[in-house]
Amino acid sequence: MEILSPEEIVESFKAALGSNFIDSKIYQREIAVKRNLFQAIWIYVKRQAFQPAVEHICKLQKYPHLSIISSSDLGDSVELIYHFTIYYGQHLKELSLGLCLNLPKNDLKIPTITDIIPGALFAERETQEMMGVEVVGIPDNRRLFLPEDFPEGVYPWRKDEKGPHDLLRVLPGREKK
Amino acid sequence: MKNEGMETTYTIPVGPIHPALKEPIRLDLKVDGEEIVDVDVIVGQVHRGIEWLGMNRNNPIQNIYLAERVCGICSASHPFAYVMAVEQAAGITPPERADYIRVIIAEIERIHSHLLWAGVAAHEVGFDSVFYLVWRVREKVMDLTEYLTGNRNSKAMYQIGGVRRDITEEQFPQIRKTLDYYQTIFNQLKTVFLDDRTIRMRTKNVGILKTEDALKLLVCGPTGRASGVTKDVRQDQAYGAYADMDIKAITPDVLTGTVVGDIYDRIVVRLLEVKQSIEIIERCLDEIPPGAILAEPKMAKVLNTLKKAEGEGVGRHEAPRGECIHYVRLESGRETLAIWRIRAPTYVNLMAVPTMLKGAQLADVPIVFASIDPCISCTNRAIVVDLKTKMKTLLTDEELHQLCVEKTRRLSNELAR
Repeated sequence: MEILSPEEIVESFKAALGSNFIDSKIYQREIAVKRNLFQAIWIYVKRQAFQPAVEHICKLQKYPHLSIISSSDLGDSVELIYHFTIYYGQHLKELSLGLCLNLPKNDLKIPTITDIIPGALFAERETQEMMGVEVVGIPDNRRLFLPEDFPEGVYPWRKDEKGPHDLLRVLPGREKK
Repeated sequence: MKNEGMETTYTIPVGPIHPALKEPIRLDLKVDGEEIVDVDVIVGQVHRGIEWLGMNRNNPIQNIYLAERVCGICSASHPFAYVMAVEQAAGITPPERADYIRVIIAEIERIHSHLLWAGVAAHEVGFDSVFYLVWRVREKVMDLTEYLTGNRNSKAMYQIGGVRRDITEEQFPQIRKTLDYYQTIFNQLKTVFLDDRTIRMRTKNVGILKTEDALKLLVCGPTGRASGVTKDVRQDQAYGAYADMDIKAITPDVLTGTVVGDIYDRIVVRLLEVKQSIEIIERCLDEIPPGAILAEPKMAKVLNTLKKAEGEGVGRHEAPRGECIHYVRLESGRETLAIWRIRAPTYVNLMAVPTMLKGAQLADVPIVFASIDPCISCTNRAIVVDLKTKMKTLLTDEELHQLCVEKTRRLSNELAR
């Protein structure tokens, strides 16, 4: 397996995705006494390029490790970050790769990647129940953590009117900024 | 669920039970006689909304204590990953001495966690004498934790920008003494776990997870390494003092020559990792640089920096059970975190439980489930559906444990004959 530098990886994404590539960010810092590098890359893509981007990651590493899907409510849109790691198994060669995409609130849908990475199922189920992002084609549509009697249409991670405001009795939470 | 039509009629739920550790998770097992055909894992009984508190109630420093309480056993791993994520987001660099102290504490935790697991595993197969032995041995490392941090488990050592307490030269002899103790008894533990014929019979070729399945199901930690996935964050990514050492992910072929991916291999990996941890701590003690332990000792100043900071960070740490990751985003002007996302290793390792259990026997459930060292935080249930009679019954903790113990007795009696 050929190991590309972070810059080369960004270039390869640009070539593979064309105009659907939005932006990228490379984070590096020196660690401890020997000053070895910790490296992370963030790739921002348009939502239509999501599947090609995941397929491209699979070309870089046959079985990319998907740690988690994080999602943030940005007001008008929801940002999903798929936290991958590639090049694991070799001394200090691993890269954290965050694949970021933005979904407008009126169309919160994302295709499933369980056909490529079966282990993504739990993360997709959690994103679905907690953020209200519909994962199209998910093989198991049940809730993961929320109990069965949790009200429909309330999503704990939302910061808008669909958040769990009516369910909070003890801690109202801090004021919005 | 696929077999819905078959299980609608007879459901007899009886009491909560614990197939492995005393933590709440439900396994729905579909059995054909004694053989397991399908498994469904149901989680969520202890979802506490910790991330929500971190995003709405607590400030980033208060979150360290929350992160410490994500897990009762990995009370160093979560804060370790969390402080690294915040440091990245805010651009704080911890002093080198702090990097070493962080690693010493994290490795002491690994020794304690692996020994705890070894005891539980022995208990599950009915070897309670070994369980008592291992947990007695584990007390030494608990004493060391108390000696260094003031507490047996909640260590409260990690702080944004460093650590809260120093480990001084005067404390080194005590640490070395404990490590030497584990060095001397290591071979004894190895004989007990790896050479005992009954343990071999109960664990060899049971609960197999193949390398390819492990990679597809994103399995991490000792469970993944036992299946031949050479993934170990300490080896792969530069963080803490691990970046200065040549750490190598341990796979069972080091000792046995092959990778099978069964329970036995998971025991091998964890045992060898105890030895590896001892070596890492010894190296840390030899090479620890002098200097400050905090980038900024005044917490009010740190809070102020964090309030103004804007950025995101991802902290990964190899917890005893596997990769633990925290993702943090800071927005300027906001006292709390904008986003906090935690993933504990059991989250992904649970995905592999159905694959391991399929084709196994009912009496193997406790040990197979325990072999991933699950950490869910108390009220397990297992529903057993017999495909032939379509009867759905709920086994109690004691019954399932009894089945497991009986199988061990049966095997040892057969051996004795």
